[in-house]
Parts: sequence; structure tokens; C-alpha cells
Amino acid sequence: MSKPRMFEAPGIAPLLILIAVTIMAVLIVLPLATVFIEASRHGLEGFRQALTDPDAISAIKLTLIVAAISVPLNAVFGLAAAWAITRFEFKGKTTLLALIDLPFSISPVVSGLVWVLLFGAQGWFGEWLADHNIRIIFTTTGLVLATILVTLPFVARELIPLMQDQGADEEAAAITLGAGGLTTFFAVTLPNVKWALLYGVLLCNARAMGEFGAVSVVSGHIRGVTDTLPLHIEVLYNDYNFVGAFAVATLLAGLGLVTLVIKTALEVRYAGELRATRRR
Amino acid sequence: MTTARTWRWREPSILPGFGLSLGLTLAWLAAIVLIPLTALVLRPWELGVAGVWHTLTEPRVLASLRLSFGASALAALVNAPLGLLVAWVLVRYRFPGRRLLDACIDLPFALPTAVAGIALTAIYAPTGPLGGLFAKVGIKTAYSPIGVFIALLFIGLPFVVRSVQPVLQDLDREVEEAAETLGATNYQRVMQVVLPALMPALLTGSGLAFARAVGEYGSVIFIAGNMPMVSEIAPLLIVIKLEQYDYAGAAAVGLAMLGISFGALLIVNVVQSAIARRGAA
Repeated sequence: MSKPRMFEAPGIAPLLILIAVTIMAVLIVLPLATVFIEASRHGLEGFRQALTDPDAISAIKLTLIVAAISVPLNAVFGLAAAWAITRFEFKGKTTLLALIDLPFSISPVVSGLVWVLLFGAQGWFGEWLADHNIRIIFTTTGLVLATILVTLPFVARELIPLMQDQGADEEAAAITLGAGGLTTFFAVTLPNVKWALLYGVLLCNARAMGEFGAVSVVSGHIRGVTDTLPLHIEVLYNDYNFVGAFAVATLLAGLGLVTLVIKTALEVRYAGELRATRRR
Repeated sequence: MTTARTWRWREPSILPGFGLSLGLTLAWLAAIVLIPLTALVLRPWELGVAGVWHTLTEPRVLASLRLSFGASALAALVNAPLGLLVAWVLVRYRFPGRRLLDACIDLPFALPTAVAGIALTAIYAPTGPLGGLFAKVGIKTAYSPIGVFIALLFIGLPFVVRSVQPVLQDLDREVEEAAETLGATNYQRVMQVVLPALMPALLTGSGLAFARAVGEYGSVIFIAGNMPMVSEIAPLLIVIKLEQYDYAGAAAVGLAMLGISFGALLIVNVVQSAIARRGAA
């Protein structure tokens, strides 16, 4: 790597570095630090109280359940979509890709709203559901649907560019040599994309557990029943229980930090096995 | 272009599983994306065209749309130079802690929005460390449109940095060196060689930041204070209309947000291809 040449005037580089670090410290890092500072206001006891509260425990459980349903479904979808799109040539691919990306450009609130429009009391299927005594909105099912919509692109977006790069030669060789479709998938494709799959699942999971806007619309905020962790934070905060809110927030901030560390480690360690734009 | 070959919608392949994988993909997309969004597109019109217009021109709805799009545009505009500077420092300089700084860029992506929302509020409330400073000079940060702007600044910065960074990394140093050899000053080199090359990426990053900001909810509603006509964002209006069981009205606001966002992204694309054409000419 050649020596940095831009702005060689003495003092310019340190000055720009200082400005960049200050922007990052004030705008980005300070909020993260604030979560931990505010949460420790009442010491460990405040933490213990906030996290052993029955509503908090039920929120933790619900968050885990919602993620445990949504993430595997979207992972299977991602694998299927990547297989169809990268291993076959067919018309309408561009449209399909645009559709897969669409949830990223929709407001989280709209991602919740659409389910209410379908299944809410005055939704298209509202009356039919009421007649058959099925409830979707204000239940775990609604939370799962909203979460699935929000996190749908994550795994597919990691896999598609990578599998496009890798090409179908190895799979074609396996099939030619007499391997079955499933054997080929599990023995050739999956090992080739495992790190990218993990990467996508990681981001998908972080978003699923942290999603707020979409689930807030379909949850109905029934304490101890349909409040996920982010919604529980809102409830505590609106009750002026700031220490409690920040204590619960440390759980999600911790999840975010762990995700970030694993993600960075994957980028450094398995650079060649992630999609091109993920390589550093 | 062979006319002899018959048109077919897919090329033959020896790999199995086309029907299964494409079937699964289409079924999932239909159930999760297409059918729900069809409801969003169709339901507002229960009110009739005049009704939709009436909903969207309610003063409170108009004010919220104006705030959401205005604050998002302003935040994207401010984030462009900030993100460019951070990307520049990360790519062009070597200094201790560079990798840590680089990893920190993604914090707004990693931090759940509700967590970011209450943290930003604690910082910029009149009792908070920065909010207190601003209060001394008479500026109200949290619970005002400025708070909305700050939250959107936080959410948008990574989009700009992550769009510009790879392009800056791949930028051919030889072109800069050629400019230098031809007698260009530092200033000329940056303004006439580097910046034009980064323009498309900068535009993409700001466009993405803008699109995200318009729909942003969790990180904004705590700091906004949510005063009708003053600091209510458009997504909150959807929630309020839903609470009043005004499904069609909520859908109308949602559809309007989606429409304006897509319009903005379309403009970014058009401008971008115009830049590309000028570059090619």
C-alpha cells in the first residue's frame, strides 16, 4: 500500500482524524455508553429488580420465541430464493430480486399496519377470523408475521450475490457424477455458503429481536402477554421507570454488541467466503 | 438475437430443484409481501379519491408528512459531508484505533431502535449532558423537531459511510498522481478528481439514509415529544389512526409515505444515471 498522499500539509491529517473521531464519539458511541450509564444508576440491585420482574421475564421469553420462529423460516426462504435465482436462468429475475429487497424500503410501522389491514377487527379477513374464533392481531402470531416481513431479505441478500459469484460448476459436476439433488445441496452448496448463511442469520436474528415499530402496531401492548423486549422498554420508559427501561435496554444493547463483534470477526476471518461488498 | 430459437421463459439446466425452490420463494413472497402490500395499496380507496385527498390534506397529517420528509432530507444532507469525512479518514489515514472506529460505524444498525431512542432522549433532554448545554444557549433539542433531526442523523450516518468507503478504497491512485504531475494543487485534486468519482456513491448513501429516515419510528418517537402539528412524525400518525380504527386513513398515510419515498429514490436514480452519462461523454 502506497503512503497516504492526500492532504499532506502538516497537521491536516491529525485534524481530520480528530474531527471524525469526535463526530463518531458524540453522535454514535455516546448513545451506547448512555444505555449502560443510565442502567447502573441504582447499582446492581436496580438491574436485578428490572430483569427478574415477571413482565420482563415474559418479554424475554416472547422475544426468543418470535425470533426462533421467524429466523429459521426466513433462512429456508433465503436458501430457496438463492438456489432458484443463482442456479437457473429464467425471465423475471430482476422483478423477483426487487420484491425480495422491498421490505427494506418499507417503514416498520407500515410492515405492522399491513397485517392489521388483513387480519384486524375491520381487516379484509377480520370478520371471517372472528366467526372462526381465530385471533392473529394482538397475539404471538401477529408478532411473528410482522417480524418475518421486516427480516425477510436478510439471509437471501447475503446468499444471492455470493452464490452468483461461486457459479454452479461444482453442483453441476456433482450431479453429473451421479449425486442426488439433496446430496449435492448438503455436500456441495451448504459447505460453500455456510459462513455467509451464518452472517445472514446473525443479522436477521438481531433485527428480529430488536424490532420495535412493526411489532408495536400488532402487539396491542398486553403486559406480560404480547410485549417483546423492545416493547417492554417502551412500557417501562412511559411509566417513568427510567432505570428499569435502561436495564432491560442493556440486554438488547448487549445483543447488538455481540452481533457486531461476531459480524466483524466473520468479515475478517472468512472474507473470501462472504459476498464481495462484505470483504474488508 | 436469433429468431430461429423459440422463446422460452427458462433456460434448461441439469441441476434439480427449480420447481421446488422457485415455488417456495414465490409462495413465501406472496404470503408475506405481496398480499399484505396489496391491502395497503387497495384499502385507502374505500374512502374514495376525495376521501383519500381529504385524509392526506388534514392539517395534522400534512404537518407530519412535512416534518418526516423535511427532517429526513435535512439529515441526509448533513450526513453526506459528515459521512464523507469519516469514510475519508478511515480509508486514507492509518492511526491507532482505526479498526475500532470502523466497527463503531455499524452501531446504529446493531442497536435496536427503541434502545437508541431512549438513549438519545436521555442525552438531549434538558436534564441530559448535551441537552443541558443546548438549553443554556436557548435551544430545545429533545421534544422538538430538532430532536427528530438528531435521531435521523444517528440512524443515517452508517448508510453514507458504508456507501462511500468501498468506492474510495478502489479509487485509482494513479489518476490522482497524474493530476498532481500535471500541476494540480491539493484542493484541485480533491475537488476535480476525487469528489466527482465519489459523487454516485455519496448520492446512493444519502438516498438510502433518506429512505430509512422517512419510515423510522423507534429511535424518533421518544425524543420527538410527539406534539400534534409540531413534532409528530408520519409513522406515528399511522399508529394514531389505527388506534381510532381508521384503517383506510392509516393505509392512506402509509401509501403516501411509500409513494413519496419511491419518488425520491427514483429521482436519485435519474440524477445518478445523468452523472454516469456525463462521466462517459
